[in-house]
Amino acid sequence: MGAATRDAFGEAIARVGEDPRVIVLTGDLRDSTRTEAFAERYPDRFLECGIAESNMIGIASGLALEGKVPWACSFSCFVTGRFETVRLSVAYQEANVRIVGTHSGVGVGEDGYSQMSLEDIAMIRALPNVSVINPADAVETERAVEYLLDHRGPAFLRLTRQGVEDVNDDGYRFEFGKAVTLLEGSDVALVATGAPVGEAVKAAEALEDDGVSTTVLNVHTITPIDEPAVRMAAARHRAVITIEDHSVHGGLGGAVAEVLAAGNGSAAPLHRIGMRSFGESGSPAELYAKFGLDAVGIARTAREVLKARS
Amino acid sequence: MAVDTEREALIERLTGTARELRILDLEMIIEAGSGHPGGTLSAADMIAALYFHTLRLRPEEPRWPDRDRFVLSKGHCIPIVYAAMAMGGFFPKEELKSLRDLGSPLQGHPDRTRLPGIEASTGSLGQGLSVAVGMAVAGALDGAAWRVYCMMGDGEQQAGQIWEAAMFAGRRGLDNLCGILDANQVQQTGKVAERLDIEPVVAKWRSFNWHVREIDGHDMAQILDALDEAALVTGRPSLIVSRTVKGKGVSWMELDPAWHGKAPEGEMAERALAELRGERSG
Ligand SMILES: Cc1ncc(C[n+]2csc(CCOP(=O)(O)OP(=O)(O)O)c2C)c(N)n1
Repeated sequence: MGAATRDAFGEAIARVGEDPRVIVLTGDLRDSTRTEAFAERYPDRFLECGIAESNMIGIASGLALEGKVPWACSFSCFVTGRFETVRLSVAYQEANVRIVGTHSGVGVGEDGYSQMSLEDIAMIRALPNVSVINPADAVETERAVEYLLDHRGPAFLRLTRQGVEDVNDDGYRFEFGKAVTLLEGSDVALVATGAPVGEAVKAAEALEDDGVSTTVLNVHTITPIDEPAVRMAAARHRAVITIEDHSVHGGLGGAVAEVLAAGNGSAAPLHRIGMRSFGESGSPAELYAKFGLDAVGIARTAREVLKARS
Repeated sequence: MAVDTEREALIERLTGTARELRILDLEMIIEAGSGHPGGTLSAADMIAALYFHTLRLRPEEPRWPDRDRFVLSKGHCIPIVYAAMAMGGFFPKEELKSLRDLGSPLQGHPDRTRLPGIEASTGSLGQGLSVAVGMAVAGALDGAAWRVYCMMGDGEQQAGQIWEAAMFAGRRGLDNLCGILDANQVQQTGKVAERLDIEPVVAKWRSFNWHVREIDGHDMAQILDALDEAALVTGRPSLIVSRTVKGKGVSWMELDPAWHGKAPEGEMAERALAELRGERSG
């Protein structure tokens, strides 16, 4: 198992923090959001806002309107949960804020649903101008942070509490808005985002052993979605399966469904793996197994979908 | 004289109960391997007084309509309430072992849909008091005799929604509502005074038209006096500012933010339990 993407964020933000425009804000979560190294290195540009996330987002907006590049960091549910503040103070006035949400998905584990964000992609995706980046591993997170330093416009970076499988090598180049083909096959396309990408790669290996030729597409940027890559996946496979540690409504599955419904002439059926209920307590591995987000569950679903198709 | 000895016996009984709750609480967190010991240990004395003296509850009938309502706004500290519920007979003590396990009604943060006796699902700081205010308004509208109690954290006082609720309840004069501030001095990452100071917190609440009493939250006599007094106040909601020590009862956890959200393991776990049991550890 590789590092948690929040760990990679912590290292990257301390590095890009050299840029004097960078301001980091947290709400009593410098430990959990891994922003302690930045806080120690740049105490003047680190703002402890206390347990008051709406205010933190508003302050970030004001900083951005004055030319700073603020990163407002908390558990994803607590920042995106202040949706109406994000909507008006950040998105509508095009404030150049980075909302950083750690502890995304059921991968949070034992703390249970109140600390898990399963609706954050859906909410933020509804805002027309906020970019959504949900990296699959540590390297991708570091490259995304470097990219976001000079990105113009509001953005949401969604990170994990738990360690995730590394899927990219060290030389990986991040291209905003471009999905990455990790494996190329012809029977089924596993279209995944975030922590489950590593599980999809393992599932693909198991499926290949069964003679099922499998593509794995890593959709790290959900807004804007890579429409050509999604259409291609549907055109070239017998089935498309989206996988996300998030609700199946409005997240990656929703985005892909929208692209495909807009018409591509392909009849490849779409199946969405993700959350259809609230989350709950358990270990991350138990929860991934329960909700079919682990390699075993993904491979099982792929076999079922292909069987129904044949 | 008789009244005094009765009171003293009560104080002694509840002090013993608090000690047992601390042990159950920490055993549970150790077994789960994760959780928030600091803010559960600071709240133990108040929870003992609430669950075994003040709150009118029927453990065998958790949805008894005339029960008092208790909302734990600082939901991460729910294990100390689970301990009190088990001891009070809401469910078998055996179930405490399932804390945070897959499928357990004892979720990491309280879930009213899974565990009867939990009044409100919490875990996002700042929301519980508003829910408690809503319950108090409902009770007042219905002319009900039951009361509403809501425990908050001192870090949690930083949340704006707390003050929205405070303003509303103060203006409405909700005297069936009693807030409890477990002022244990430390939040997740450090001292409250260093992160975002909330003082003078007593003056703040008073200015919102609340009746405020400040006590030593580890002194059972003061806790009982404050709870008794709150029930007699009319025309205003009450707040008990309970000055406590985060991690109370385990010397090396006290006021150390490192023990906000981490379970002790191995030998540390043994030493912590030994301290709570009053055993000398080597
Ligand atoms: C809205 C929100 N922001 C952040 C958190 C993460 N968090 C959990 S506990 C905690 C510190 C709470 O401090 P305090 O209120 O003083 O409680 P106690 O010391 O009694 O544990 C934080 C920041 C949260 N649960 N909810």
